[in-house]
Amino acid sequence: MNIPDKFLELRARGESALIAYVCAGDPTSDATEGIVQALIRGGADIVELGLPFSDPVADGPTIQAASERALSAGMNSDKYFEMLASLDVEVPLVCMTYYNLIFKRGIEKFVLDCNDAGISGIIVPDLPVEESEELAECCVRNNVDFIFLIAPTTTEERINMILEHGSGFMYLVSRVGVTGARSDVAESTNKLLSRVKTNIPKAVGFGISNGKQAKEVVEDGADGVIVGSAFVDIIASGIDVNARLEALAKELKDGILSAKR
Amino acid sequence: MTTSLYGKYGGQFVPEILMPALAELEEGYQRYKDDPEFLKELDYYLKDFAGRETPLYFAKNLSKKYGTRIYLKREDLVHGGAHKLNNTIGQSLLAKYMGKTRIVAETGAGQHGTATAMTGANMGFDTVVYMGAKDIKRQLMNVYRMKLMGTEVHTVESGSKTLKDAINEALRDWVTNVGNTHYLIGSVVGPHPYPMIVRDFQSVIGNEVKEQIMEKEGRYPDSIVACTGGGSNAMGIFHPFVEEKDIKLFAVEAGGSGMTTTKHAALHSASLCVGEDGVLHGARTRILQDKYGQILESHSISAGLDYSGVGPELAYLADIGRLTPCHADDDEALEAFHELSRMEGIIPALESSHALAYVMKAAESGELGDVVVINLSGRGDKDLETVINLEKGGN
Repeated sequence: MNIPDKFLELRARGESALIAYVCAGDPTSDATEGIVQALIRGGADIVELGLPFSDPVADGPTIQAASERALSAGMNSDKYFEMLASLDVEVPLVCMTYYNLIFKRGIEKFVLDCNDAGISGIIVPDLPVEESEELAECCVRNNVDFIFLIAPTTTEERINMILEHGSGFMYLVSRVGVTGARSDVAESTNKLLSRVKTNIPKAVGFGISNGKQAKEVVEDGADGVIVGSAFVDIIASGIDVNARLEALAKELKDGILSAKR
Repeated sequence: MTTSLYGKYGGQFVPEILMPALAELEEGYQRYKDDPEFLKELDYYLKDFAGRETPLYFAKNLSKKYGTRIYLKREDLVHGGAHKLNNTIGQSLLAKYMGKTRIVAETGAGQHGTATAMTGANMGFDTVVYMGAKDIKRQLMNVYRMKLMGTEVHTVESGSKTLKDAINEALRDWVTNVGNTHYLIGSVVGPHPYPMIVRDFQSVIGNEVKEQIMEKEGRYPDSIVACTGGGSNAMGIFHPFVEEKDIKLFAVEAGGSGMTTTKHAALHSASLCVGEDGVLHGARTRILQDKYGQILESHSISAGLDYSGVGPELAYLADIGRLTPCHADDDEALEAFHELSRMEGIIPALESSHALAYVMKAAESGELGDVVVINLSGRGDKDLETVINLEKGGN
């Protein structure tokens, strides 16, 4: 299923999406399938799989450490596409990675590989809209959604430019900073949600780690809630991983479902 | 739509959060760079704080030995011991004019961190410097100097624990504190407009050389040689001469312990010589990377050259054949370090020793011509411990 269809399905039920991020190959390639299935059992509607990069400047310590674990366990772009192609899942998969890995593989080839592996969308946190023309065109040609980030610092002019080029969903960054679990939801979230006026679904990420926060974000008007570091923390602990991932996904999805809109 | 500025190189490959900050920086720079009050203050700092202008010294003993007239641009005499202060004065002033109250910076050898600490203390900024754990170990004196001047030094334990990881961490800090903070990048790297701003503030080096060499030789040099890591001292001395097409420009990179690569690391830092196109730290440039695009760790005896990328304008000048990328290895640099100390009574930084080493290698072939200017970008006091340890056979 692709991303727009997933959001249509959820909208028909009056639900917002739980979008779960984990780093592919963390801690090993063999672990990823089980992790993804646990997230889906818990209620994840879309799964983002990070393709780890050696220098992830938009990420906080949790995802940096996950990237290092995955890379030292041997993850690379070839294995990534192989692994994703072999996943037996119904939910849309999204590739999140840094631009140099796309550039080095060749933009066209990277997008074609996404397509072949059943990946529905791409997020590139270090590629602003000004530099994205070639990748954006390639994504359109190949029916891969190109998901852009919008930050609290993004100007109206830039929001409009991003809305013109983005598809799938808009990734609204809830706070100024890097990725990482936090205990509160930033006040800026509400304001940003109302500033971005579009029919494309709006998902909020950066800092969300529990059901209460997920509920708040949906009540603020989010069509999706993105959670990464809180899942990655569980993976890093190495203790009872899949059961706890499933439980956290369930807590988050329950939070989303309990929101009054 | 791309913002590339130097042929296919440059651009702004940064998280969305930073895009408005880069626009604000460019706007601020365009507003103040020709502002008489700003320029007056810049001149004052360069002269009375940094000690400019620096001499263009005729190295008579070296010249005699190598059979060509060798001049040293004495950036080692700038306050703090390296050219880095030229840039930190300019950017700190700019930050002040733009109303910022906090400065973050990365540092490799500690020279840029020290220069940032100096202007930060002098101009009253809260100053934070990120430095790789590996570099902190080999540059303890600079760490202490920074702390003496009230700068907070943060140890970076991620990745290769060197300059590239310090840049990552400084960028993350900037992403988090973008409102009141200026990121004072130390080389001609990073997203636009940084490579341009740093080049412009460092061009004082080349501009002085232009006048000084006319006074001494009545003509421009045949070649200019500068060591190149990120490339700020190189762009600083090259830029005013780029349009003088007869003058050869040599960018000497660190050949490290060999021009080869293992699985995760290069044994050198020669991204201009053997790097491939890629995107690192906000710019498209030449970088050291594996076949998937993962950044390789670099190596050099000198922390200041130990970097996997290079300024995008240098990559462009190399592409169009305007400059010649070349390299000197650890041993050659060490030999040059000793030779300059012994022959001229000047102890050069290990970084600058690479430029000297290349001249010593190439002089005989005649490719450098009759008049050569070497950018002596820093002094070697900070490297004494490294050299002592190497000679004891340790590391």
